[in-house]
Amino acid sequence: MAVVFEKPKALSDVPFHYCPGCTHGIVHRLVAEVIDELGVEGQTVGVASVGCSVFAYNYFNCDMVQAAHGRAPAVATGLKRALPDNVIFTYQGDGDLAAIGMAETVHAATRGENITVIFINNAIYGMTGGQMAPTSLPGQVTQTSPYGRDVKYAGYPIRVCELLSTLSGTALAQRVTVDSVKNVNIAKKAIKKGFENQINKRGYSIIEVVSTCPTNWGLSPQEAIKWLRENMLEYYPLGVYKDVTAEGGDK
Amino acid sequence: MAEKVLMKGNEALAEAAIQCGCKHYFGYPITPQTEVAAYMSKRLPKEGGVFLQAESEIAAVNMVLGATSAGVRAMTSSSSPGISLKSEGVSYIGGSDLPALIINVQRGGPGLGGIQPSQSDYWQATKALGHGDFQLFVLAPSTIQEMVDFVSLAYEVGEKYRVPAMILSDGMLGQMMEPVEFPTKKDGGAEKPWATNGHQNKRKKNIINSLYIQPEELENLIRERYQRYEQIKANEQRAEEFMMEDAEYVVVAFGASSRVSRSAVMQARAEGIKAGLIRPITLWPFPEKFIKKSIPNTKKYLCVEMNMGQMVDDVKLVVNGEREVGFFGRTGGVIPTPAEVLDQIRKMAGKEN
Amino acid sequence: MAKTMNVLLAGFGGQGILFAGKTIAYSALMDGKELSWLPSYGPEMRGGTCNCSVVVSDEPIGSPLVTAPDVLVAMNLPSLDKFVNAVVPGGTILVDSSMINKKVERTDVNVYYVDATKIADENNMHSCAIIILIGKMFKELGFCSKEALDAGIRKCIPAKKAAMLDLNLKALEIGQNS
Repeated sequence: MAVVFEKPKALSDVPFHYCPGCTHGIVHRLVAEVIDELGVEGQTVGVASVGCSVFAYNYFNCDMVQAAHGRAPAVATGLKRALPDNVIFTYQGDGDLAAIGMAETVHAATRGENITVIFINNAIYGMTGGQMAPTSLPGQVTQTSPYGRDVKYAGYPIRVCELLSTLSGTALAQRVTVDSVKNVNIAKKAIKKGFENQINKRGYSIIEVVSTCPTNWGLSPQEAIKWLRENMLEYYPLGVYKDVTAEGGDK
Repeated sequence: MAEKVLMKGNEALAEAAIQCGCKHYFGYPITPQTEVAAYMSKRLPKEGGVFLQAESEIAAVNMVLGATSAGVRAMTSSSSPGISLKSEGVSYIGGSDLPALIINVQRGGPGLGGIQPSQSDYWQATKALGHGDFQLFVLAPSTIQEMVDFVSLAYEVGEKYRVPAMILSDGMLGQMMEPVEFPTKKDGGAEKPWATNGHQNKRKKNIINSLYIQPEELENLIRERYQRYEQIKANEQRAEEFMMEDAEYVVVAFGASSRVSRSAVMQARAEGIKAGLIRPITLWPFPEKFIKKSIPNTKKYLCVEMNMGQMVDDVKLVVNGEREVGFFGRTGGVIPTPAEVLDQIRKMAGKEN
Repeated sequence: MAKTMNVLLAGFGGQGILFAGKTIAYSALMDGKELSWLPSYGPEMRGGTCNCSVVVSDEPIGSPLVTAPDVLVAMNLPSLDKFVNAVVPGGTILVDSSMINKKVERTDVNVYYVDATKIADENNMHSCAIIILIGKMFKELGFCSKEALDAGIRKCIPAKKAAMLDLNLKALEIGQNS
């Protein structure tokens, strides 16, 4: 019988622990498909961060290191400097990357650290139970912004791709989402480009995936996708913010 | 035998690390350890290695975690306030069973403290350099030659038992020069089948991790780690005994303060006081065997430290009330003088002038 | 007990205090002695106070911090005032009398006054005043062999700075003849 659908080889044969409607599973699969297509599983070392994706080390079949909260870019730097010909990626959430790990993120990018960063932005701290994230939207209700994020007190959400696109060391900064087949395909292409950039030694690539967190948003999976489209994408426009491989392709 | 050269402690240590195959250094500037970073930045590129000035101590120690995970010998160095920042990463290194090397060239604390030599990070190094149940193998050099020799020892022991190692130096040893000779070059260390360097489709995947959600699983892992600690305690205790054959008044001091104490002990002997010195070389494991052995012939102990009294607790634990254990310390960056220590030895021996 | 010489060199940053300490240290190394060299360190890179402890001995060295010097080399008044009473009885003090317009009151020490900075200026060797004092110290104390002194100073100056070496050798010579 012809195989029409199978699990990527780079993905372990264990069930994900993610909530229904969470987009981590889709993104994991896309990363694994790209690793398969590039044939680099044996050379790849992934760095899991702290957050819902902390168990990513169980899900990918390549070698994995589990980093402290926010330190994945530093751990990836150490790995990459020791293994310049291997493929090193981090998989980080918004609290990890844009709050506690912002210094590591900005400096890895500005050094042009030749790594690939998968950034899941779902505007909330998922694993600790739904606290305000650096990317939570103005007015967004969370456990620690129960009256809605008041920008007068809590400041404004950070647009990571825009910020990192100003740095010379960044090779690719692209924001995608996985709310539809079309967007999933765009996301996969972006992730693949991020890995190819590394193989071609172009520097730091970040693919920001605007994601859902139905559980902590208090919505059903369908409602969460709707909320993402209506609220997240307005504040976080999709697109390529920097791409050193595209002539005049910068947004 | 190699020719003796004059080198600063910090530079000698850095050269020793390179000669041990440490090709990956990650650091951040802080006085009085900056010469380590400066030396590495000059030498490592020529050795095909990596010197990287990190954006913070926190980043630097996590880069060491990454490079060590890759299976290479890596190192970071700092001084007291910077070591506090590194403590997060050190705990992860300990919890991930990685053998990284961390150098502390101590200065006065707490807070920003001062920049003069100190030993006030003894507790931090031996009891709690980071959260959780774990230990580092801690070596305290007292000469520039030991700054050299202990680098390979730290890597060897660290790799054998898969524990992080620390060389607890201080601003005096870091800044001073003495003649040193370097051992003949060594290889890059033990085999590291656990390294996450890409499985090349030839072995099962490796995971470097410190997270265990099931309490029983975590407990079992920690118990296994503590069995290794017991082996380290049994096999790796080191101390120097100076004029201890017939000593009745025993000074216990490590690192810089042991040098001052050695001078004082010699002067006390010249005055007819049967003084001796036990100099702990490993601070963890604490050289209990050496203290224990000395109890029967000792009348009194005196700990001399450049802090307000930290190692003295460990001496008291071993002596366990059988003898009086006194303490003399200077802190804040002040180095005690041999004359001050001699006075204390005289007092201990009941021979006050 | 073994023969030990504790030397303290003190002055302003920029007067070559640490360099002079190194020449003594390297000379001792050339003679096969035990030695230690310990600088003061701090935020003042130039113009602040600076001192350097050098210990030379036949035996392994205990404390490298010189608190009771056998020899004090003083290059400015604050340094002389600070350390003059620390010198052991019978010890030696070398004073740059161009910089210090004051006599040592103690009578239990040997004091040598040399117009080192003035002589250095006259000989176009502005940075070598302290080396003139080291030359004087060598003449009076003979702390190492002549060969070791020459070899020691050569070790302290990179080969590419031959002109500096000549100046320093000349300064040592002047010191020995003063």
